[in-house]
Amino acid sequence: MTETTASVTAARPPSDITKRSLPASLVIHALLIAASLLMLYPLLWMVSASVRPENEIFSSTSLIPSSIDLSSYVRGWTGLDVSFGRFFWNSLVISVLVVTGNVIACSLTAYAFARLRFAGRNFWFAIMLGTLMIPYHVTLIPQYVLFLDLGWVNTILPLVVPKFLASDAFFIFLMVQFFRGIPRELDEAAMMDGCSAWRIYWKIMLPLSLPVLATAAIFSFIWTWDDFFGPLIYLNDMNTYTIQLGLRTFVDSTSASDWGGLFAMSTLTLVPVFFFFLFFQRLLIEGIATTGMKR
Amino acid sequence: MSNAMRTPAGAISVERYQGAVAEGRFRRLWNANAPGYLFLLPWLVGFFGLTLGPALISLYLSFTDYDMLQSPRWVGMANYVRIATADPKFSAAMDVTLTYVVFSVPFKLTFALLVAMALNRGLRGLTVYRAIFYLPSLLGGSVAIAVLWRQLFASDGLVNAALSQFGIEGPSWISHPNYSIYTLVALSVWQFGSPMIIFLAGLRQIPQDMYEAASLDGASKFRQFYKITLPLLTPVIFFNAVVQTIEAFKAFTPAFIISGGTGGPINSTLFYTLYLYQEAFGNFRMGYASALAWILVVIIAIFTAFSFLTSRYWVHYDD
Repeated sequence: MTETTASVTAARPPSDITKRSLPASLVIHALLIAASLLMLYPLLWMVSASVRPENEIFSSTSLIPSSIDLSSYVRGWTGLDVSFGRFFWNSLVISVLVVTGNVIACSLTAYAFARLRFAGRNFWFAIMLGTLMIPYHVTLIPQYVLFLDLGWVNTILPLVVPKFLASDAFFIFLMVQFFRGIPRELDEAAMMDGCSAWRIYWKIMLPLSLPVLATAAIFSFIWTWDDFFGPLIYLNDMNTYTIQLGLRTFVDSTSASDWGGLFAMSTLTLVPVFFFFLFFQRLLIEGIATTGMKR
Repeated sequence: MSNAMRTPAGAISVERYQGAVAEGRFRRLWNANAPGYLFLLPWLVGFFGLTLGPALISLYLSFTDYDMLQSPRWVGMANYVRIATADPKFSAAMDVTLTYVVFSVPFKLTFALLVAMALNRGLRGLTVYRAIFYLPSLLGGSVAIAVLWRQLFASDGLVNAALSQFGIEGPSWISHPNYSIYTLVALSVWQFGSPMIIFLAGLRQIPQDMYEAASLDGASKFRQFYKITLPLLTPVIFFNAVVQTIEAFKAFTPAFIISGGTGGPINSTLFYTLYLYQEAFGNFRMGYASALAWILVVIIAIFTAFSFLTSRYWVHYDD
């Protein structure tokens, strides 16, 4: 290091050391913008393919269609024996029920683990954490046989009922972490005043926990909306199909013939997820950052 | 009770007294524990009915032949022996899955770390970049993205159209057994957003004054990365690596959609879970599929245990 640069470095206030010179930060921005475009390109291309005239889809890699043609959406929507409206409705019903089940059942369980004292609590909590590690493949086949025997195959029950039994240990864990951060004085005071555990849960914990409940609800909605494996196993009648099964059927039945319709319907299935992302970005990203949710 | 009738009024019989004590103890136990267990009730029902019970049954089924039409027939170790010695599809699936894990996880984590470091400089527009890089992670598991990927890497797909601009004639990536698995690796790497966000959170925990001190001592950027960032980030790297590897072992949807459920061409995208699905719900070999499931559990458990055991040599926690 030469004399001058050393003195300049020393003269800088410490917080400035991490700041880049203008050219360096321009280079980083340029790289990040290029990377962003690369990341988004496939998605943008799909959206643009969905509004192109059919003959133009594969002729260019450009993102801007020469003219907007929405006929792909019409063809795609009605391209199967059952319309995509039906699939959307089924997905919506399942997703809303799953969100409800997860929020209610997981918050009840988490409240017990985080705030109530009872014999065996630590034992059950350890078991609950253990279930986080078990891959679903282990329980898959007996569960399928069980639901088949109950006559639940081809209904939404196998996809929804387990959620009301707090089967998503991950959300329990998330809520336990959050509940533990709420000051104990609150429920101790309420208990002194003779509040029951139920009232404390309902009147104090839930209202204070809206951020974590919302995070759980949003992830739960998106994952259920995107779920392919569950519906693939339990739903065999096209009238009960979710959007993901509908899309897959559309791929198989029209294969190479109707790319426009395929991309149009693909785009539509992504729209709800995209809007959730847009509105709840902060919650989603904080959820990932603090808990390490995967996917 | 006859005993009670003989005692004078106002006196309490021994039985009654003991009964009252027992009842009191019971009431106290009940009062202390009932709320907890009532809140836990849905979870307990789910745990026994949907997790523990099925897991035990699945273990039992793995020693049987079971096609769902007739009751399970005990075959001892036969399923496991066949998996280990006489099932070429099992070894193909293992091969494909390990290839996927070995290629997708390191690339994904490297990209995630590089981008996180680029973003962790107090740049303008951080939230926009972060959102853009995270978006594919959120959409990636859906059928629509798998469909899109199938088109991207088709012989007349976008990737080849882009290559042809440089005069390169690309192969049909998804229908060539040598390349098909790497299109799925690419799809997984494209979704580096969620580990990236975890890295970003981890980078923020590193005290800035460490870099300031190091740079006053004249340490180069590379040396700072190697001596400060990397060691302090090892807990997060470890976490991301374990989570992503387990996820990679369990991957299913993209392989299913891209290969049309076959795991082809020539089993080159036959992910372990896809093979399990085919055996269970295509061939109704429920016993055999249960054995496959348990082997997957054991593999994941061994991998996780191994990671935790080796972690003491390279993961640094501040104490």
